[in-house]
Amino acid sequence: MSGLIKSSLARKVVMALSGLFLVLFLVLHVSLNLASVVSPDFFNEASHFMGYNPLVQFVMQPILIAGVIIHFVMGFILEAQNRAARGVGYVMYKGSANASWVSRNMIYSGLVVLAFLGLHFYDFWIHEMAYKYVEANPADPTRYYVETVEKFEPIWRTLIYVVAFVLLSLHLWHGFASSFQTMGVNNKYTPAIKSFTKIFAVVVPLAFAFIAIYHHLNPITH
Amino acid sequence: MGILDSKVPSGPLADKWTNHKNHIELVNPANKRNIDVIVVGTGLAGGSAAATLAELGYNVKTFCYQDSPRRAHSIAAQGGINAAKNYQGDGDSVYRLFYDTVKGGDYRSREANVYRLAEVSTNIIDQCVAQGVPFAREYGGLLDNRSFGGVLVSRTFYAKGQTGQQLLLGAYAAMNRQIQRGKIQSHTRHEMLDLVLVDGKARGIIARNLVTGEIERHSAHAVVLATGGYGNLFFLSTYCMGANVMAAWKAHKKGAFFANPCFTQIHPTCIPVSGDHQSKLTLMSESLRNDGRIWVPKRLEDAKAIREGKLKPTQLKEEDRDYYLERRYPAFGNLVPRDVASRAAKERCDAGYGVNKTGEAVYLDFDAAIMRYGREKALTSGMKDADDKTVRKLGEEIVEAKYGNLFQMYEKIVDQNPYKTPMMIYPAVHYTMGGLWVDYNLQTTIPGCYAAGECNFSDHGANRLGASALMQGLADGYFVLPYTIGDYLSNDIRTGKIPTDSPEFDQAETHVRERLEKLMSGKGEHSVDYYHKKLGKIMWNKCGMSRNAKELQEAIDEIAELRADFWENVRVPGTADSKNQELEKAGRVADFLELGELFAKDALTRNESCGGHFREEYQTPEGEALRDDENFTFVSAWEYKGEPKDAVLHKEELVYENIEVKTRSYK
Amino acid sequence: MKLHLKIWRQKDANSKGQMVDYPLNGVEEDMSFLEMLDVLNEQLISKGEEPIEFDHDCREGICGTCSLMINGRAHGPDTRITVCQLHMRSFNDGDEIVIEPWRAKAFPVIKDLIVDRTAFDRIQQAGGYISVNTSGNPVDANAIPIEKDVADQAFNAATCIGCGACVAACKNASAMLFTSAKVSQFALLPQGQVEATERVQNMVRQMDLEGFGNCTNTGACEVECPKGISLENIARMNREYLNAAVKA
Repeated sequence: MSGLIKSSLARKVVMALSGLFLVLFLVLHVSLNLASVVSPDFFNEASHFMGYNPLVQFVMQPILIAGVIIHFVMGFILEAQNRAARGVGYVMYKGSANASWVSRNMIYSGLVVLAFLGLHFYDFWIHEMAYKYVEANPADPTRYYVETVEKFEPIWRTLIYVVAFVLLSLHLWHGFASSFQTMGVNNKYTPAIKSFTKIFAVVVPLAFAFIAIYHHLNPITH
Repeated sequence: MGILDSKVPSGPLADKWTNHKNHIELVNPANKRNIDVIVVGTGLAGGSAAATLAELGYNVKTFCYQDSPRRAHSIAAQGGINAAKNYQGDGDSVYRLFYDTVKGGDYRSREANVYRLAEVSTNIIDQCVAQGVPFAREYGGLLDNRSFGGVLVSRTFYAKGQTGQQLLLGAYAAMNRQIQRGKIQSHTRHEMLDLVLVDGKARGIIARNLVTGEIERHSAHAVVLATGGYGNLFFLSTYCMGANVMAAWKAHKKGAFFANPCFTQIHPTCIPVSGDHQSKLTLMSESLRNDGRIWVPKRLEDAKAIREGKLKPTQLKEEDRDYYLERRYPAFGNLVPRDVASRAAKERCDAGYGVNKTGEAVYLDFDAAIMRYGREKALTSGMKDADDKTVRKLGEEIVEAKYGNLFQMYEKIVDQNPYKTPMMIYPAVHYTMGGLWVDYNLQTTIPGCYAAGECNFSDHGANRLGASALMQGLADGYFVLPYTIGDYLSNDIRTGKIPTDSPEFDQAETHVRERLEKLMSGKGEHSVDYYHKKLGKIMWNKCGMSRNAKELQEAIDEIAELRADFWENVRVPGTADSKNQELEKAGRVADFLELGELFAKDALTRNESCGGHFREEYQTPEGEALRDDENFTFVSAWEYKGEPKDAVLHKEELVYENIEVKTRSYK
Repeated sequence: MKLHLKIWRQKDANSKGQMVDYPLNGVEEDMSFLEMLDVLNEQLISKGEEPIEFDHDCREGICGTCSLMINGRAHGPDTRITVCQLHMRSFNDGDEIVIEPWRAKAFPVIKDLIVDRTAFDRIQQAGGYISVNTSGNPVDANAIPIEKDVADQAFNAATCIGCGACVAACKNASAMLFTSAKVSQFALLPQGQVEATERVQNMVRQMDLEGFGNCTNTGACEVECPKGISLENIARMNREYLNAAVKA
């Protein structure tokens, strides 16, 4: 790990790889969530599988958590180093003249997403862990859909989620394509990567937001 | 011969260099480790010399006033570098390059040196390619060439309009390799303020650290000066702002003869002066003359209308334009040598045909080239009946690929689009053929003090051909000096380290400190630039493109007067023991104020016209230069005797055994 | 025209600096930016004040010496040029112009607007060369044909003037564009491939040691680079570095 921290290029590769891994996870996550709109039964089944399959629970889940931690810890380290590298700041600095807002503010879009992750973990993951391991409740493969939809009943939570998805979109807008540059992918593919990034950065967060709003507008009537 | 022994080896011309190399003394590798060499100036000549000397095993210390060797003004050379490779199969050869260079120099250069230059020119290209210099290539992957003024073959290698940059970065890379190995100690932001002689031999320098103002002593077994030319004497020139004659002038004052100071190159294609605020002039590469046609209006009233902004150059019909170079010199046309093209421009402007506000500009027009290339491209792309608009568009693309960076540079400075309207150009000071006198080994008249590149006088005679400066700098640095200096250093293998606490170093340092103090203590009437601009005006008006005895004498007097005023009244703010750019400038201008007078004296002594030196009294009825081979086939080498006016002339007779001395004609 | 200049003054590396206001009249459109500063300096000298020190040399955009941050942009508002090529016609009468030195921990201020860029030299010394001896290379220059396209790409990378605008403009003060330009030039050419693995590792190591920031691919460097050095070089260096890491 010390070797990785020492070389700026290696640090960036770690950032890119962990980022791409999280992007993959997003794809999985959004597909699963879409099921909650299309077929509550399938959603329940799949969620149950994810919650009780030992491979998912004890191998993939820790990897995912590690991925998140590596990505944001490395992000903080890089940001701290980058700020230190400037030394004395400019009296006047027109960053907007030569670089996009999203590319210059990854730390802020990232922080918002991280803060959201805190809420998200509190909402779902902590609850899940408590349900399964602390309270040791029996497995119930039908509870997931209801629990999910209930979460989006309050307007404030739905709004927070939507705002976070907007920031996620901005984060992806720069980060996704950027990771390929960091990995040294030949620039002849850059136009294609950039186009794909734009679609991905809009479609995935939009889908998440749609799901949140859909559930908010279609509460389960008791 | 007297004291001036050129040490040209005997034997047939073509074998001289090889024979010489076979017979000079060598220093064995173990002994080289005990020998120190100082190299002042790290442009093409100094950088390549330092790298090669270090590679051979000497301990090298380099000095430059810039913050990095990569910034030396060699970097600004645009057009290219000549080499007798004959890759184009157009009949080029070492002999032809030699011949063209001697003829181009108007038979005022040393035959053996020029032949050696032509001979090693081919190695330079091999060397640079091996170092990764990205020269322009053809589609077949082989190196491309273009032609330059004064020759009838294509032998110029180039890297777009940035050849000097690429070659300098190559030499800088070679230096970096030796710095990393610990064989070169690089001192940047340092300026040499004096040469130290011990027992009559150059044994070190006094340098000022330009950041801290500290005065430092550095010793070595030999000192190489590669500090470039002195064109900044004219204030306005294509030189960089910091270019100066200090190192060479200090060596001159310690006994090195200064040769042909009046041989200055005035380059025909520079962007004209726009106002009094102007600090420097920008060159437009000579390569542009491959495709650009130079003209002024045929009628005086058209020229007047253009100057007043009532007429546009593009409105002038073909028959109303005077392509004066094509008219006067049909054989070479727009590609006549620089001195000829410059004088012709001045002649037209003096006659009232100038085309900008000040009346000091002519047109360089690419319209014909754009249309010609466009038609060619249209045909090769299968467009048989392309309209003019398409042809123009295609042509502009080709011209952009060739000269894009130059066109962009022009547009940024002048705010006119040269694809649409002809460029305006005027001659400007660009290079100095004169410099420290050196023998065949590049040693000055001070034992152990060598001079390389533009700093010496050796290869270009009275006029330098385009793309020959880069060639000379690298030839001297990579292939000549590192070997010839061994002959001298072979006597120093037992000398041991040169101490810097000797009385000679003490004295030199004291002298330097006194001078700095004197510069700082001026009574404060005027800034350094004020004097520099005044000197420049005298030089340009009286020692410029055409000279006469009366004005040269006036110049001598005026410069002497200005010098006295300078020492009395110059205002240098700040302190001597800190970073002080005004003090740096003051020291340089002080030297120019001495050299300027010697320059005028040299021009006054040379009663003939040759190359860049045109004396109005000596011209043919058609206004061409009139050389006097009977009385002036010599190098003027001046010995310092206190004041410039007291300098003593020594002559090195030039002997041409392999070339017939003819009137130079480009008709 | 009349200008209100705000310029960073700093006595030396160890002193604290500050912005100082200088009004300036009689500026002409045809003046270059540096000539405008010359005019100001002449006025300061005549008033007995110390002139403003700034780095400059060739004044034609190729030596890379001049280095000013003007109104928050490296080399000023115009693109594809250095400060010495910037002309006053890019400004208007009455403008306020803020002039600062390059800012980076690796580029400490020497005096006023002059910074120390020797970090760049040390990066080059770490491997920015091909290890061939300069004395007498026997291989003919045309012995290795190089595809024109490749030669042109290598040339484009090699046109870097080492001015440091990339570092100055980058929000992270990263030197990736500078370092990658040299790595690219040699990685593209067959002559440079022999040492490619070592070169990229050594140059990147030195770049990091100098204290430059990390690249976050904002692309500011490419926009402000007076020579238009492409971001593609950074991708190529990343690629070279990863390849080297795999090989090592």
